[in-house]
Amino acid sequence: MPLLSVDTLQTHYRAGGALLRAVDGVSFTIAPGETVGLVGESGCGKSTLAKTLLHLVPPTAGRISFEGEDVAALSPTGLRAYRRQVQMVFQDPFASLNPRQTVGQILTGPLDVHRIGDRASRRGRVAGILDRVGLTADARLRYPHEFSGGQRQRIGIARALVLGPRLVICDEPVSALDLSIQAQILNLLAETKRDLGLAYLFISHDLSVVRYFADRVLVMYLGRIVETGDWRSLWRRPLHPYTKALIGSVPRQGRRRHVAPLAGDLPSPRNPPTGCRFHPRCAHATERCTREDPALREAGSGQRVACHHAEIPATH
Amino acid sequence: MADLIEVRGLTVAFRDAAPVRDLSFRIDRGETLALVGESGSGKSLTALALLRLLPGTARATGEIRLDGRDLVALSERQFRDLRGRDIAMVFQEPMTSLNPVLTIGSQIVEVLRRHEGLSARAARGRAVELLDLVRIPEPARRLDDYPHLLSGGMRQRVMIAVAVACRPRLLIADEPTTALDVTIQAQVLDLLDRLRRDLDMALLLITHDLGVVAEWADRVVVMYAGRKVEEAPVERILAHPLHPYTRGLLGASPRLEGIGHYSTGRLTEIPGSIASAAGARACAFAPRCAWRAPRCEREAPPLATPAPGHAVACPVILAQEQSLAAAVG
Repeated sequence: MPLLSVDTLQTHYRAGGALLRAVDGVSFTIAPGETVGLVGESGCGKSTLAKTLLHLVPPTAGRISFEGEDVAALSPTGLRAYRRQVQMVFQDPFASLNPRQTVGQILTGPLDVHRIGDRASRRGRVAGILDRVGLTADARLRYPHEFSGGQRQRIGIARALVLGPRLVICDEPVSALDLSIQAQILNLLAETKRDLGLAYLFISHDLSVVRYFADRVLVMYLGRIVETGDWRSLWRRPLHPYTKALIGSVPRQGRRRHVAPLAGDLPSPRNPPTGCRFHPRCAHATERCTREDPALREAGSGQRVACHHAEIPATH
Repeated sequence: MADLIEVRGLTVAFRDAAPVRDLSFRIDRGETLALVGESGSGKSLTALALLRLLPGTARATGEIRLDGRDLVALSERQFRDLRGRDIAMVFQEPMTSLNPVLTIGSQIVEVLRRHEGLSARAARGRAVELLDLVRIPEPARRLDDYPHLLSGGMRQRVMIAVAVACRPRLLIADEPTTALDVTIQAQVLDLLDRLRRDLDMALLLITHDLGVVAEWADRVVVMYAGRKVEEAPVERILAHPLHPYTRGLLGASPRLEGIGHYSTGRLTEIPGSIASAAGARACAFAPRCAWRAPRCEREAPPLATPAPGHAVACPVILAQEQSLAAAVG
């Protein structure tokens, strides 16, 4: 059984009179211990998806199940238990840590809320978590501003881990960090996953990071998943024109001064194009693409693609 | 003389710190030089020093020459004529560097009238050409738009149009694509490079992204804690990095073309953070360095030139390279 299962999830907002279809029919699963990478650009709905999964924003339609149980049908006690199991690490560790609390208070807070253990055992748990994320025991008495960006992200990770979750949603966890610190945090997340059997939903705009860190990848465009697959096949053989353009846009070694693969701006999610949402930017678009919204279809080797014209290898 | 810009012994000091120390480099005509480093390396202050835009509490010393002409000796008035005309800059965040209460047209017109002495009408015509040059669709219609109506990518194009309005000989781009989406990043880099060729400019690209460096730079200067630690042509530095910090950066960065995956191997970490360099008199990287030797804690490492065009400030690595070379033959 998957740990998390998401079925035709929709999150629509009313914003300034217009309907914003931030997440518009998204389905996927996360297995226990699996890292699922979610890539996409501004306005694709990746952050709204994260908030919906945590039930911080109610879905408009569709279903989220955790270990087979419908999250929408949970009792208040059940929802509390769900929130212990599903935690979040944010992009900006400074904005997401209370500057007036010591690290000890920040880490004890969730244990208090969920009434876990007595004072002594909470203290022990906090000490254990600090050690796990590579901070010294005296960090407990200090305030967030006394730490560097990388150390603050360690505190953010510690806070997510203190309740012993099974799924951690990481929203751009290394985007605000310098390269030399990024590697430290990615290694820490990998170790933690191995030791604790965690699953991650790893959201990032940085394809190189997702390439390194995800077992399976979801590519989102304007509220939809346009392609998904195992990391090996997806990077080796992207099928959707948008996935190809994304990968082709990343500057890299071994190539000199290439022409940008994609012209034009990202359309507004307030007013998404008809048919295939990618068609106005797509070099392969035909009349059919302007009318008919393509569904995800099987493409072999665990890959699925939502494109009328993607060439699916016959061998599968 | 091929150098367009020559910087010698540039030091930027505040009352209690010197975030740029004894920095020397050159930029050739028409080339792209990448200035690489993490936050706190002094790369943005270096750019501001070139434009004499440092905060009032900062003091810059050293030589900066443009075509052999000493810029440090210029009066404030002389420098105002030069800034924006010979050297121009594009910043990371186009929303904060465009004036939100002026139309984009008037912001371009202002530059043209100030530096080129064009009439209002002629400047407006030229502004349309410039928006077209940076590939903004329907440029004549866009002229009367305010910045908030444009997407991030379009705002960055407008910034670039303002910067290249007077055909500068050097364009400084400070993290020009960091705030942009991946597909838009590729467009902006492509645009900057096309302008570099078409307008015969040199480009000083300040970035922390090694992919951007690998693909778009001709030469690279790596900075750490205010000093140049390595400089080389881009192919050379990627194939044969010498400084432990450069090696660390290359090892720490996940790459799309790489074969690494978290399930099969860790990323190489650089331990600690740049904060450990504060106040260092000797090698600022020593506290984080795997090659650290006693001498690194005593004296500032001198820059040596192990190959033409390749400079590095690490005698420990150079000694090791030499003994390796001797052992091989």
